[in-house]
Amino acid sequence: MSPKRPPLAAVHEAAGARTTEFGGWEMPVQFDSIRAEHAAVRESAGIFDVSHMGEVYVDGPDAAELMDRLTTNDVASLEPGGAQYACILREDGVILDDTVVYDLPAQSGYLFVPNAGHNEQMTARWREAAAEHGLDVTVTDSTDDRGMVAVQGPEAIDRVEEVAADPIADVPRFGARRSEIDGVDALVARTGYTGEDGVEIVFDAEESEAVWAAFDDVRSCGLGARDTLRLEAGLLLSGQDFHPADEPRTPVEAGLGFAVDESGEFVGSDALERLRSEGTEEKLVGIELRERGVPRHGCPVVVDGDEVGRVTSGTMSPTLDLPIALAYVDTEHAEESTPVSVEIRGEGREATITDQRFLQRRRSN
Amino acid sequence: MSFDVPTDRRYTESHEWIAPTDGTYRVGITDFAQDELGDIVFVELPAEGTDLDEGEEYGVVESIKAVSDVYVPVSGTVAAVNEALTDAPELINDDPYGDGWLIELENVDEAAVEELLDADAYEEQTE
Repeated sequence: MSPKRPPLAAVHEAAGARTTEFGGWEMPVQFDSIRAEHAAVRESAGIFDVSHMGEVYVDGPDAAELMDRLTTNDVASLEPGGAQYACILREDGVILDDTVVYDLPAQSGYLFVPNAGHNEQMTARWREAAAEHGLDVTVTDSTDDRGMVAVQGPEAIDRVEEVAADPIADVPRFGARRSEIDGVDALVARTGYTGEDGVEIVFDAEESEAVWAAFDDVRSCGLGARDTLRLEAGLLLSGQDFHPADEPRTPVEAGLGFAVDESGEFVGSDALERLRSEGTEEKLVGIELRERGVPRHGCPVVVDGDEVGRVTSGTMSPTLDLPIALAYVDTEHAEESTPVSVEIRGEGREATITDQRFLQRRRSN
Repeated sequence: MSFDVPTDRRYTESHEWIAPTDGTYRVGITDFAQDELGDIVFVELPAEGTDLDEGEEYGVVESIKAVSDVYVPVSGTVAAVNEALTDAPELINDDPYGDGWLIELENVDEAAVEELLDADAYEEQTE
């Protein structure tokens, strides 16, 4: 099956973007240079086409109950215009997907954003659960009807305010507001995936070109920069840092406890409670290399000649100018400052276990 | 997009170039290859004195998004490696035919170099 093209495909092509297949979509991987795009987001602002992300709307009298049952966070605590990060689990606690749940401002119901290519599966899951528990909800997969862009960086809010009908700076982090972007009705949410301030904007797919054009003075960025940015921020990538078949991980192992409402009852909550009390054999950590080399997915992490874990994501950090990685390692070797070795093409490179929030840690030092 | 293909050197189908320099031959990757790879962040090169056979993989060039093996255009012995790339691998992006060279070879058969693609033939291949 050929990949889906986002509504902005022709615009990206004209801009000379290189594309890659990601989650069933043909998306821009880089417009110019990943390094330059990455730097723009860290230093000023950049815009990403994230139309490959799913958009699923859940409405009806029992919408909150269904969301609470199927996501790990406390949806009932949200107010309209609020948002939260959450995981979607199997009964055994394994992460199927991660998502942001929006309690929609100025309208009833919720929007949640599954990862690329997961929208159909999640919509089916929601509908099945609603039927099973006799809940009165409507679940609508609007992925093909919605466009989504992310404007991220220290100057992102100013850039958005230049073209938005309403102020945005007073929207709190993980808050959302309905506004117009250059006349286009949109949901503007102060969320993102880069470790920077900024917004994600959701609108009718047909208006994609108008929204994109409103930010023509903001640097276009592709999935390449999105990956290096999220990794520096210590954020996980679905399908790579967790995957129900290839990398089955629970939020406890993946360090996503903050997205779990410990008092909540949801699919997988019993399994998580057990894991929290018993502990897990492995844990997600950050790793910084002391030598040059690029750690990639699958590289073994070694202590005294024994493999104690594996890299799930790695890159040369453009901001820190250091090779960095996320890895699951045996809990006994997961403590910060533990010296380890990362094997790249069979050769060990000296490295240290660190907090996975590479950028935040460096900035606060 | 058109790429720079200087006429003073020879090329391989796998996007390496080789050029004579003061008794040795310099080897690198082409403008097309560096552009395909994108931002180069790491280079792994062989030790001086290593004997290499034509077409042999002699090193690795890594960009942010990809890892690529590099192959030696003709047989020879590594006479020098470009140490500047250790701290500044981006030289390959900035100047693939100049400061971004990878290794120098000695004990090279000149006739084997002449058999490689000339600039016109390489350019045709990348069009």
